[in-house]
Amino acid sequence: MLDNGFPLATESNILKELIKPPTILRTVVNTITGSTNVGDQLPTGQLSVVPWRRTGVKYTNNEAYFDVIEEIDAIIDKSGSTITAEIQGVIDACVKLTGMPDLTLSFMNPRLLDDVSFHPCVRFKRWESERILSFIPPDGNFRLLSYHVSAQNLVAIPVYVKHNISFRDSSSLGRFEITVGPKQTMGKTVEGVMVTSQMPKGVLNMTLTPSQGTHIFDPVTKLLSWDVGKINPQKLPSLKGSMTLQAGTSKPDENPTINLQFKIQQLAISGLKVNRLDMYGEKYKPFKGIKYMTKAGKFQVRT
Amino acid sequence: MTDSKYFTTTKKGEIFELKAELNSDKKEKKKEAVKKVIASMTVGKDVSALFPDVVNCMQTDNLELKKLVYLYLMNYAKSQPDMAIMAVNTFVKDCEDPNPLIRALAVRTMGCIRVDKITEYLCEPLRKCLKDEDPYVRKTAAVCVAKLHDINAQLVEDQGFLDTLKDLISDSNPMVVANAVAALSEIAESHPSSNLLDLNPQSINKLLTALNECTEWGQIFILDCLANYMPKDDREAQSICERVTPRLSHANSAVVLSAVKVLMKFMEMLSKDLDYYGTLLKKLAPPLVTLLSAEPELQYVALRNINLIVQKRPEILKHEMKVFFVKYNDPIYVKLEKLDIMIRLASQANIAQVLAELKEYATEVDVDFVRKAVRAIGRCAIKVEQSAERCVSTLLDLIQTKVNYVVQEAIVVIKDIFRKYPNKYESVIATLCENLDSLDEPEARAAMIWIVGEYAERIDNADELLESFLEGFHDESTQVQLQLLTAIVKLFLKKPTETQELVQQVLSLATQDSDNPDLRDRGYIYWRLLSTDPVAAKEVVLAEKPLISEETDLIEPTLLDELICYIGTLASVYHKPPSAFVEGSRGVVHKSLPPRTGSSESAESPDTAPSGVQAAEQPAVIPTQGDLLGDLLNLDLGPPVSGPPLATSVQMGAVDLLGGGLDSLMGGSNTFAPAPSTTVPTTLGAPLGSGLGDLFDLTGGVGTLSGSYVAPKTVWLPAMKAKGLEISGTFSRQVGSISMDLVLTNKALQVMSDFAIQFNRNSFGLAPAAPLQVHAPLAPNQSVEISLPLNTVGSVMKMDPLNNLQVAVKNNIDVFYFSTLYPLHILFVEDGKMERQMFLATWKDIANENEAQFQIKDCSLNADAVSSKLQGSNIFTIAKRNVEGQDMLYQSLKLTNGIWVLAELRIQPSNPSFTLSLKCRAPEVSQYVYQAYETILKN
Repeated sequence: MLDNGFPLATESNILKELIKPPTILRTVVNTITGSTNVGDQLPTGQLSVVPWRRTGVKYTNNEAYFDVIEEIDAIIDKSGSTITAEIQGVIDACVKLTGMPDLTLSFMNPRLLDDVSFHPCVRFKRWESERILSFIPPDGNFRLLSYHVSAQNLVAIPVYVKHNISFRDSSSLGRFEITVGPKQTMGKTVEGVMVTSQMPKGVLNMTLTPSQGTHIFDPVTKLLSWDVGKINPQKLPSLKGSMTLQAGTSKPDENPTINLQFKIQQLAISGLKVNRLDMYGEKYKPFKGIKYMTKAGKFQVRT
Repeated sequence: MTDSKYFTTTKKGEIFELKAELNSDKKEKKKEAVKKVIASMTVGKDVSALFPDVVNCMQTDNLELKKLVYLYLMNYAKSQPDMAIMAVNTFVKDCEDPNPLIRALAVRTMGCIRVDKITEYLCEPLRKCLKDEDPYVRKTAAVCVAKLHDINAQLVEDQGFLDTLKDLISDSNPMVVANAVAALSEIAESHPSSNLLDLNPQSINKLLTALNECTEWGQIFILDCLANYMPKDDREAQSICERVTPRLSHANSAVVLSAVKVLMKFMEMLSKDLDYYGTLLKKLAPPLVTLLSAEPELQYVALRNINLIVQKRPEILKHEMKVFFVKYNDPIYVKLEKLDIMIRLASQANIAQVLAELKEYATEVDVDFVRKAVRAIGRCAIKVEQSAERCVSTLLDLIQTKVNYVVQEAIVVIKDIFRKYPNKYESVIATLCENLDSLDEPEARAAMIWIVGEYAERIDNADELLESFLEGFHDESTQVQLQLLTAIVKLFLKKPTETQELVQQVLSLATQDSDNPDLRDRGYIYWRLLSTDPVAAKEVVLAEKPLISEETDLIEPTLLDELICYIGTLASVYHKPPSAFVEGSRGVVHKSLPPRTGSSESAESPDTAPSGVQAAEQPAVIPTQGDLLGDLLNLDLGPPVSGPPLATSVQMGAVDLLGGGLDSLMGGSNTFAPAPSTTVPTTLGAPLGSGLGDLFDLTGGVGTLSGSYVAPKTVWLPAMKAKGLEISGTFSRQVGSISMDLVLTNKALQVMSDFAIQFNRNSFGLAPAAPLQVHAPLAPNQSVEISLPLNTVGSVMKMDPLNNLQVAVKNNIDVFYFSTLYPLHILFVEDGKMERQMFLATWKDIANENEAQFQIKDCSLNADAVSSKLQGSNIFTIAKRNVEGQDMLYQSLKLTNGIWVLAELRIQPSNPSFTLSLKCRAPEVSQYVYQAYETILKN
């Protein structure tokens, strides 16, 4: 990988060719024939113009899968308005195609993307001129593209949090209430919802009742986490109860920030859509698949 | 039987077993043994005793075994140099193996064996490998040259490997090119003097072609190399930039940063009006933002680099403020760095957003971060003037929270706000005083005391407040003690009657009961000042202080430029040049940004030019020591305007040694040096007169001269009387128009703007014919030369002396007044030649009591020279007579207001004294006409 401190090859396909990853079959063969996992041929890809792909790839089932995964980073303020929101998206691919396929992937709305960084296999010129991803893919799993959508109006916020957290000054009890609900989800279900919040030091314990899911408050780290699960729009999940505060001290200065995690299947929240995938250079017909998913990245609600 | 076997057997054991296995005939067993050896080596056991046995295994066609043996060799060859030679033969043989993988492996390993004896044998195989048909071998060999150069530089040069390496830059395979570039860069770095990488446009073109095709690491080598290239003009720079920009979309953040470095460097050469410049700015922003979506560690690296970029070119990220907003679970190092960048990007447009965020941060859990956030609010106030009021009210809100550390930080920053905007926000002092008791940190206490001292006259109980601090004087930190001393002295000077006791108490505490030298010395200085001359003390202690500068935390411009050249390296993360943390010879080379090429400028002095260009562009930073010294010296020099020029120039030399400061002296210097060479004339008409006219006159080329004599510029308004604005100037008359040639020099620490000028009524109705036009704000230590056209249609009032002119100059700071005397000959009009007959008649007509006689002494010109010289200034000779060996010149002149003056000039060839008789209907002008004569003739 390194020579004289210069990084040389970090492309996993080449490394795999130099030293083949062990498989059960190979171990058996090695013990019988005495051969090793160390390849004794120069990796073919290393010097070609497509250093990321090895030659002589063969599959019985030719398939190409693309996952469009978007993460929303957002800061929502007390009143529920968005302070900043941006989408970090990636397209991860799993391509198992025989030979030297040349793929083109086009989007319905490529102008959405603010900044893109490509796997080296993508031909930059065609993207510049036609907004089409044209590439000879590496073999196996790789990240084709990562992108960034920061234009405020394009970033839809799929969930909202209603909160009412108050530390009462006089008594040593505080009130805590949060409700999570869907918003701009294009009819898709929000699932895998997880709410975490770092409570101030002055909170000794919390007595809460969730309408669904399970919750834990760790009195040592003061971390509250509530595993909500799916959001049912008809019956919004909520978590209500009281907090025991340290007696005798003034109310905490800081407000807890609520951290949200969620997943939405079959939706790219930016609205990015793949138009079509074409293959050139090989005769067979591959199986193609595209999956969309939206996740929360650093999604924070200030209280 | 001896007992020796015990000694031998104990030495054996594992090593012995391994030795036996290594010498086994079975291939499989051998390989296992070598693996065991490597394993022991890796965990740190000494297996060097097995050297010969391992080397014996080298001759094998099993690649795995060979690799293992090579690994062993790299580790132990140095400890067994003699034995290592045994391996040489195999290396040489392997270099000719049909399998390129083995050839490359051999040449790579040989390079890693740092044994002098081996290097000699290495040369031949290496030469072959550099010309190998397989690019994989060539690229490995290229790196090997760098390794060999490190061991034995002389050998590499003698063998001509460097030239071969240079040829590889033109190789057909991009990876080979990349490695050759990497190797050459490394060699060049350790030998800064060798110009190995003197790239020309052709080789640059090859590199750019290879850039598109090689691997990510290869791209980094090439980009780093490009960054060291100095394009010959802006067009070349632009075309390189165009080909580098696609790299900004690379997935590897190191490639992105290297590309950013190249662009930032070459942008320096592009003109800002170019469309492409704007495009480039737009293209740079998104990749930088994307870098921030990585892991926190990478984010930090990106943020440190962005911090530099934002200081150099804030316009790139000016719309991207929001991405720097802090998430509560960011690691603290990311938070602080983001905060810093937010302040740098703060401007009038986004200040509301920023303040709302900062206020939010001030309620976070992390105390360190909260403090920084509060400080940040203060920095915003100082940076964005329009927001100061908002910032102050935000700070007041925060003080209301009564959170101890928030209050203390707020007070510290409010002090700085006062220093930037004095006499503006005193209304908050009352609120501050309420929190006096809660302050326990020295910095906050000192800040509060400073505020009380500075505004003592407006705080009714200032003496009580300060007295309360004084009680525990000895327990305070030095910072607080010093501040307390100064504050009480200020208070005393403002309210001397009630506070005499207090000041005596503090002075004795500071001088007698303290052993801190700073405190004692300051105490004594105040004491002596107060006891010698309270008025002077007042002038010193309560003198107006220069406002604090906008950004005190900017990186110094030359360092910033150097760091920009190191974007994407450790230097840009540390914000220190490599020489500060890299040991040895590497990294000592100082890099600098290319000079901006305008139209004709050539890069003759790349070292000095860029810094000069930068200096002009950069906003005001903290005054460097040199500037301050220059300023102080200047204060001393200021008043004796008529001081001997020799002394001044000597002093100038001294300042020169101190660096900086020189310009400020040159600009406003009252020496006879042709000052205009340092400043650029802003108008084209008259300024020629000031320096050049001077020279023309001396040479006596009178006939060709179109304008009258111009006196050298003198200082009219010294800087210390005008809050740092120095004005020097002179008057000139050229082809019928009068102008006032001014040099305005800014010797203050802030930018001056909004200049305007006005004259008081004067004897000849002189008035500015156009407003004073200073096109750009005047930065500290800059001068501007202006020619102000005058006319004589203003209102008239007789002045005493007659040629006195009172001037008022206004700028953004204040209005300043000065008066100056103008030489009368600027009023001598072009049609002042009288008819002979008319002259005779007028001469007779004017009464004899209106005749005035003067002596012009020490003038050695002859009559003709005198006459032509005077004509240059519109004094016309009507007749010339020779009477008894004396030359009599009869002359006439007319003033702008129509007054005729007739003159008779008697010149005796042997006598340097001339006699001048003047006749005029308004005899009071005669004296000034005589002065004009004298000035003209003697210069």
